[in-house]
This record gives sequence, C-alpha cells and structure tokens, in this order.
Amino acid sequence: MTLIKTSYNRRSFLKVSALSGGGFVIGFSMLTGFKPLDKQVEESALREIFNLNSYIKITDKGEITILSPNPEFGQNVRTSMPMIVAEELDVEWQKVIVEQAPYNTQLYGRQFTGGSQSIRQSWKALRTAGATARQMLRQAASQAWNVPLEEITTEAGVLYHKASGKSATYGQMASAAAKIPVPKEVKLKEVKSFKLLNTPQKNVEGEKIVTGKPLFTMDYRVEGMLIAMIVHPPAFGLKLKSFDAASVNKMAGIKDVFSIKVYNDDYAREMFDTRTFNELVIIVGNSTWEVMNAKKKLVAEWEPISTSTEKVSFFGQKRDETIPAGLENTNLHYQKMKEMNEKPAEVLRKDGNPEEAFAKAAQIIERTYTCPFLAHNCMEPMTCFAHVTEDKVFLAAPIQAPEFVERTISARLGIPIEKIDIELLRMGGGFGRRAYGHYMVEAALISQKVKAPIKLIYTREDDMTYGIYRPTYIVTYRAALDANKNLIGFHVKGGGFPESAVHANRFPAGAIDNYLAESWALPTNITIGAFRAPRSNFIAGAEQAFLDELAEVVGKDPIAFRLELLKKAKENPVGKNNDYDASRYMGVLELVREKSDWDSSESKKRNRGVAAYFCHNSYAAHVVELSIKEVQVIVDKVVSAMDCGIVVNPEGAVNMVEGAVIDGIGNALYGNLTFKDGAAEQKNFDKYRIIRHKEAPKSIEVHFVKNEIDPTGLGEPPFPPVMGALANALYKATGKRFYSQPFQPELGKVGG
Amino acid sequence: MAKFNLKVNGKIRKVDIDPTTPMLWVLRDHLGLVGTKYGCGIAQCGACTIHLNGTAMRSCMLPVSAIGNQEITTIEGLSENGDHPVQKAWLEHDVAQCGYCQAGQIMSAVSLLKNNPNPSDEEIESAMNGNICRCATYTRIKAAIKTAAKK
Ligand code: FES
Ligand code: FES
Repeated sequence: MTLIKTSYNRRSFLKVSALSGGGFVIGFSMLTGFKPLDKQVEESALREIFNLNSYIKITDKGEITILSPNPEFGQNVRTSMPMIVAEELDVEWQKVIVEQAPYNTQLYGRQFTGGSQSIRQSWKALRTAGATARQMLRQAASQAWNVPLEEITTEAGVLYHKASGKSATYGQMASAAAKIPVPKEVKLKEVKSFKLLNTPQKNVEGEKIVTGKPLFTMDYRVEGMLIAMIVHPPAFGLKLKSFDAASVNKMAGIKDVFSIKVYNDDYAREMFDTRTFNELVIIVGNSTWEVMNAKKKLVAEWEPISTSTEKVSFFGQKRDETIPAGLENTNLHYQKMKEMNEKPAEVLRKDGNPEEAFAKAAQIIERTYTCPFLAHNCMEPMTCFAHVTEDKVFLAAPIQAPEFVERTISARLGIPIEKIDIELLRMGGGFGRRAYGHYMVEAALISQKVKAPIKLIYTREDDMTYGIYRPTYIVTYRAALDANKNLIGFHVKGGGFPESAVHANRFPAGAIDNYLAESWALPTNITIGAFRAPRSNFIAGAEQAFLDELAEVVGKDPIAFRLELLKKAKENPVGKNNDYDASRYMGVLELVREKSDWDSSESKKRNRGVAAYFCHNSYAAHVVELSIKEVQVIVDKVVSAMDCGIVVNPEGAVNMVEGAVIDGIGNALYGNLTFKDGAAEQKNFDKYRIIRHKEAPKSIEVHFVKNEIDPTGLGEPPFPPVMGALANALYKATGKRFYSQPFQPELGKVGG
Repeated sequence: MAKFNLKVNGKIRKVDIDPTTPMLWVLRDHLGLVGTKYGCGIAQCGACTIHLNGTAMRSCMLPVSAIGNQEITTIEGLSENGDHPVQKAWLEHDVAQCGYCQAGQIMSAVSLLKNNPNPSDEEIESAMNGNICRCATYTRIKAAIKTAAKK
C-alpha cells in the first residue's frame, strides 16, 4: 500500500469542515437534479448531508455524491474522475451520484481541461480524497463500536467489524465521520486490488444526453435573458472603423447595438487571452432569430490595421509580440514558408557532426511536408451566459481554462476575483479552442452594458472565422545514408505562421549520432491557439511519413526499422534531453504489430501504414488499412495500441481513441482553412469539410499496454500519429507519397 | 408577427412569432425545448434534426410558417422515459463524447429505422451522412443503430 500525506488539500478540508460540523439539511431535490433518471427517489424527503471533504457528500440515508472537479468537454472526466474517488472510498459505483464540482481552485486545485492532463494531475488528489473519507468513516465506526481501527473493514459503502458482527452503512456513520479530524496520512490501495478502476463504465450523463436534457451553455435560460451576438471584421488585418446602429436598432426585437473593446489597449495579454478582433459590434435582442436577422443587416465600415506591438505576459515573462498589418493569403503563406525553409534557422539541438555526415553521405533523402490552418469547429459554437450586477459577476460557460479567464475578466471589468462566479457547464466539444475565453469577457462586458442577463451566441460563421486556429506549418526532413544504407545523419528544419512545430528532443533525436534540429517562425495577424495536441498534430504525421519512406529506401520493414532506432535510443542514447521513454515507445509498436497481424503474409498484401508517436505523456501506435474507390478513401480498419499507464475507464478510453483516430483521418484528408485577402474562405460546413459517417473507418480496434504506471491522458496522444499511418497506407494504395495536408485534393488528381 | 398552433410532441403549442423564424429557434427560444441543437444554421450538420410527421428534417431552415398541421417530434418527445430502442442502444454502446450532436443523430437514426428496419452498413452511412459528429463517434453510432434494428 502507498502511504500518502493528505496535506495537499488541507485547505480544502478546513474550508468544508465549517459546513460539515453537524451536517446541513436540505431538500433532496438538490441532489436529484444530478441523478440519472432510473435512480429518482422521493423528491420531498429531507436529508442531512455531510461533506467528508470537497469531493464527497454522504447523506444520513446513505446517498453518496462525488463531485468531479474538471470541466467536461467529451473526454469523459465526469465519469472517470469520480470513479477514482469511488475506488478508494469503496462504494458501489452504480449508486454513486455524480455532480460537476463548483469552480473553486481553493477546493479543487487545478480545474483545467487541456493538455491531456486531467487524470494525470489529479490522480493522487482524487485517490487521497476517497481514501481519506474512507479512513474517517472507519475511525468513526471504531469509536462508535469501541474496537481497534485496524479491525474495521469496508465493502461497497458498508463498514464491518467482523469479530463482533457489527456493521453500519456509510450514511449511518457520516455524521460521526464528519467530526473526525482529517487524518494526516492515509493508505492508498494497491493497484492489484482495484475493483472499479480498469472496468468499463458508462458515461454518467448518457441518459441526459440521449433525452436532450439542457446540459450545455447554449441551453442555458433564465427569466428576462437577452440574446447577444457579435459582428467582427470580415477579414484578419481589418478593424472596425464605424457602424450605423440605426441600420438595425429599429428592427423587431432589437434592444441595443453598441461596440465593445475586448481587452484594454495596454493590457498585457496572458497565455489564453488571444486578441483577435479587439473591437466588436454587439447586437442585443429578445430572440436568436431576431438578432441573427439584424446581424445580417448591420451596416459597418472596416479599415486596415497598422502593424502594432502587443505586450504579452506568459507565466510572468513579459515580451512584445508583433502583429503585422496586411491582408494575408494562403498561397503566399506556402510560398513564404518554402523560402524560409531553404535558409538556415535557429539551431535547437545539435548532436555529433551533422554537417560532416551529410557531406560524406552516399545518399541524401530530403522531403518537405506542409499543413494548412485548421478551425476547431466545436459542435457547440462559442457561447457564454453572463449576468453582471453591481456587486457580482455570474458566468455559465463552456470553458477549459476558467482560472485564466477569471483573471482576465477581473482585470477587464475592474471587479475582484472573489466577486466572479463561474459555473462549468458541459462543453459541446473543446479541442483546445475553449481554453481561450474571450467570449466570456465579451459576454461579461455585454451584460454589464445592458444591465441584464444575456447569452452570447456565436453563429457557426462567427465561430469559424474568429481565429485561434491550428497554425499552418512546414517541415523538411533530411537523412544522410552511407554506402551501406546506414543512417548516419538526420536533419529536421521547420517553421510556420506564427510558430514552428519542431520538437527538437523527440524521437528520432537520441537514436542518431549526427542530428540537427532547426526552427523559425514568421508573424501573422491570423490568430492561433492550442488545437488537439498542438504542433504534434502536424509534426507526428510528417515525421512518421518520412521514417516510412526512409525504411523503404534502406530496405527494411517500417516497424522493424523504427524498433531498431528505438533500441539504439534505449541502449545507447545520443544526447541527454531525449523527451521519451524508448521502451514504452517500442511497447506500443510491438503491440500494434502483434494485434494487426503485421507480419502475416495475408496482411502484407493489404494497403497498410504504420505510425507511432509520443506526446502529452502517452504513447500511441496505429496501423491503418485502406482501399480506394474511385477517389474516395475507404479506411477498412484501424488497429491502435496505446500506453497511457493504468486505464481508468476502458469504455471511455476506447471511445476517446476511436474519436481521435477518426478526427485525425478527417483532418489529414479534408481539413483545410484557407485565406484570401485576410478572409477565411470557409465559413460554414458547406465549404469546411468535416469527416462524416461515410468516410469514417469501418472498424477500429483499440488495445492498451497493461502496466501499473500512474495514468496519463488520452485526449490528444492518439490523434497526431494516425495522420502518418494514413499517409503511409495511402502510399501503399496509390504508389504515391502524400506530403501536403489535406490529402484528398491530391488524391483526386492521382486516383486509386 | 403571426399566430401559429403547432403540434409539438403531442401537444398543441401556441406561438405568436415572425413567420420566417426557423422551427429550430421556435423550439429553443419560444417553447423551451432545447434538446434540438444549433450547429450550422444551413442544413449541413444535422444537429437540429427533428421529425415532421415522423420523418427526419433539419429544423434550422424550416420556417414555422411551413409547418401547418404537421406533427413535430423532438428528442424530448421521442419517448416518455428515455426508453426508445434507439436511445437504449445509444446507452448500451456508450456513444456520446461531448454529446452535443447526439440528439440530432438519434432523430436521424429513428427516422431511418422507421423506413428501413434492417439497414445495411451502406444504408446507415448514407442516411446518417448529414449528421456531423465533431467528436467522431461514428463507429459507435453505427453499432448502436444495428443494435436498435435488432430490437
Ligand atoms: S443546425 Fe441545422 S443542420 Fe446544422
Ligand atoms: S459527441 Fe460531440 S459532436 Fe458528437
């Protein structure tokens, strides 16, 4: 057993102990609001509720509620996080009621959904919360029965003293347990004795989802609420010059038309305060349709921005960022990126003597890969409910990074943080986009101005053209081979607008004696942001396609070739900062080789492609198998192997990997956001192609490496490499290598 | 403004409204039925799918004035207790990720199975192609439809 100090959230226990003194009595309806439909109990029954800590509420009648700290955007933390608490608490999962915890970082620490970190960062805290409460219940029983603590056992929410035959439910002991001082140390279970974790459990909100319950911010309604929409410049590089409120304010249902500044001019932006269009026209009215109509009619004039410098503060580090003037074009982006990639760039890492290796090489392979900007296109467009009064700001929103936006809102509205309350609602998708909470700042400003509760709604067009995209990138790989086709040198150079995707210390760094990584970036006025596995979502596919081509040139099986490099990185690594564990990398490759039947002669006849990658603390490998009908790619099968340590909830985990695989295939084949004179050319789903039912793989098999390593995330890691596996399978099917995403237009030219 | 008596989920609902208002917004803003979702507003994503006399229809481009006597069913009216075979199949396969598209997916699936109780894979793919799932739960949706078809 692991002994763990509980002091990590001492504050949270102290804070709730005030509440848990003697419990407090409320109507049970407060709980049933969150209960799955088949567990409704008498609404009127009064219950005494005891908070054993900020994650666990137990009523005197034995109902157990576990609060899930992090925002839910489809990765299923609202099921998996409470499961971790329930495991250590030792309760019957089917009877547990799950609630979204209030936003309160004093109680819950990091309430951030992103970077595939929810489970990894909260693993200990959640286990400790469960174990601590269980320990307090056992202590209460030991005192009540006057028997030694060690003799008290638990099972499914019941305390037992076997020798005397005594037993009590957690509910019966909750009152006494709430008065027990928080233990200084608790024992955590052995992984081997887990009963609930690593068993497949259904989404706790499944029933609400399939019955259309109001779970999302878009569904949020209060009496007297108005609807607000934005009108933003039609292109990047433009700003508001003037608008004519009279052009719409007489229209039916319209209440107000005005402009807002999202951030003050001198504001030092923080990490997620992306400033896209700082001045927006706002239309407020009674109903969505009326505001949408007014939005179409609004007369506004726009003017070019001039080049400016913005203050940016990233975790206390202040720097200046240049926002160039001009109306940008996609073809020029690509042209410029190719030019830049031919020049020397900033050296990020150098091992051995790469110049010499390339100079004496018998053969040099050089390939260049590119990708476009992508829009996140969360299914639920950006939205926020806000009610700002004299003394309080209340916001209900889909937000991945509440802690960041809370600071921003406080600074912008001049209202102390204590007066800002944020309700974390289920998000209709996130993918990184909802870390950028500008829409919450906008909603707060609008509510403050109109002095009413408002719901800000972005139309799909607003959402798709507002920026904060996955950047456009380029990367060139070069490999130096000696006369015996040994890999003697490796060179990666890349850049993009406005950042580079090169990860200098990732594989194959560490596996090659002479290695060089270079990087550059150019400014753009098109704003970018985190998009499911930032940077990896491009570089993994490019790197894995290049390694595939290299394996072919040196005449080796693609999996064997990678394993050989990894073996070297494991046994005799080059350099010190290699950012991966070569054995775990090999593990997923070996697993995918086995599960996909890679080495069988039957399987070899098919159009298969393999790729593996490590990012966001987890390892992923995929084998994609496809065929081509006319110019349509039919993905017949994908086999995935993952290593994310202990799998908390296999049901949700498999769903997540399947989604990432399809999303990756979709983006690699079709995802494309292009610009003409600063304006996005795709504004809605008629032009922006999202993968659909017909294009999804016919089958996806997901396998996990079994180990007892503390869990890491799954939202991002399976996504990047699938693009490489797809490109490699496409090569098998067409005899042509695909270097530029999206692949579909190119495929249209070559056919099957 | 114009008055309409709409048959929604078996009840008559009265609205006095701009006749061009799409059913999507009548449901969401005026009748408080928010299970039907907005995703694109141009009949490209299927999030707003409802039934008009039992047939799947995108409600975001369907003006209230075009409804007349036709019966509207929304996700809220699909079953009394969330126990329509398609809803049950969705739970069995734990389909949802974010869940935002799923009401529309379910409404399309129910309509498909009504017309074609035993659809092939290709028929499922064609019938469902207008429903985007950005979280990409497509394989589970297909499996759930097949399960529901057996019931
Ligand atoms: S909202 Fe109607 S199809 Fe997208
Ligand atoms: S479950 Fe998120 S869009 Fe379908």
